[in-house]
Amino acid sequence: MIRVQREDFDLAVEIAALTGGRPGIGGVVSFTGLVRDFSTGKQVSAMTLEHYPGMTEKELARIDAEACARWPLEACLVIHRYGRLQPGEQIMAVVTASAHRQAAFEAAEFLVDWLKTKAPFWKLEAGEQGDSWVEAQASDDEAAARWEKP
Amino acid sequence: MKILYFAWIRQRIGKSSDELDVPQEVATVSDLIGWLQSRGAGYAAAFADRDALRMAVNQEHVDAAHPVSNGDEVAFFPPVTGG
Repeated sequence: MIRVQREDFDLAVEIAALTGGRPGIGGVVSFTGLVRDFSTGKQVSAMTLEHYPGMTEKELARIDAEACARWPLEACLVIHRYGRLQPGEQIMAVVTASAHRQAAFEAAEFLVDWLKTKAPFWKLEAGEQGDSWVEAQASDDEAAARWEKP
Repeated sequence: MKILYFAWIRQRIGKSSDELDVPQEVATVSDLIGWLQSRGAGYAAAFADRDALRMAVNQEHVDAAHPVSNGDEVAFFPPVTGG
């Protein structure tokens, strides 16, 4: 399941909804991304996330389906926010649930790595020196490449 | 053809989309970039560094050799930075 939204979310509520009525789940892994107040040596006072409505949902759904195809997941959720966020606010979360922990851990890492390089979001940071677009990191490409099939 | 611009590409062009009738000789995304570059200084600045460009046709990531035609939705954006 995927969701793209401006509003904040409550991870505890999301996990309860995801696992409710699914007694085959033995483990839940979650990752939450937050807005930092610094970026490569400068202060960040706010972050604005732009995205491509339509394609964002398609890409996230594709990544979600890929995770479900690769690991025996009982449930899976990706939430990603857009709009203007303050330091400390939640940006996104992935939640994976499976009978055993290994699939949930691996799938969660896969989801974050792939969405960072495939989902059409762009971050604009506001700081003392004005606004600047966050640049893509080579380390994110390398992290995503680990999951490419040979 | 519907053409969408995101992030600093949108800022340099000064708008988030165009609805354009593209001439027949524009057969690929790469051709489209060349054609758009001649539309003004903002377009030229947005497309100056082709290595910094990423693109999608009908909401799927593609490379510059991908074919395009009127009726497609084409988007230009920098490398994505979500998560």
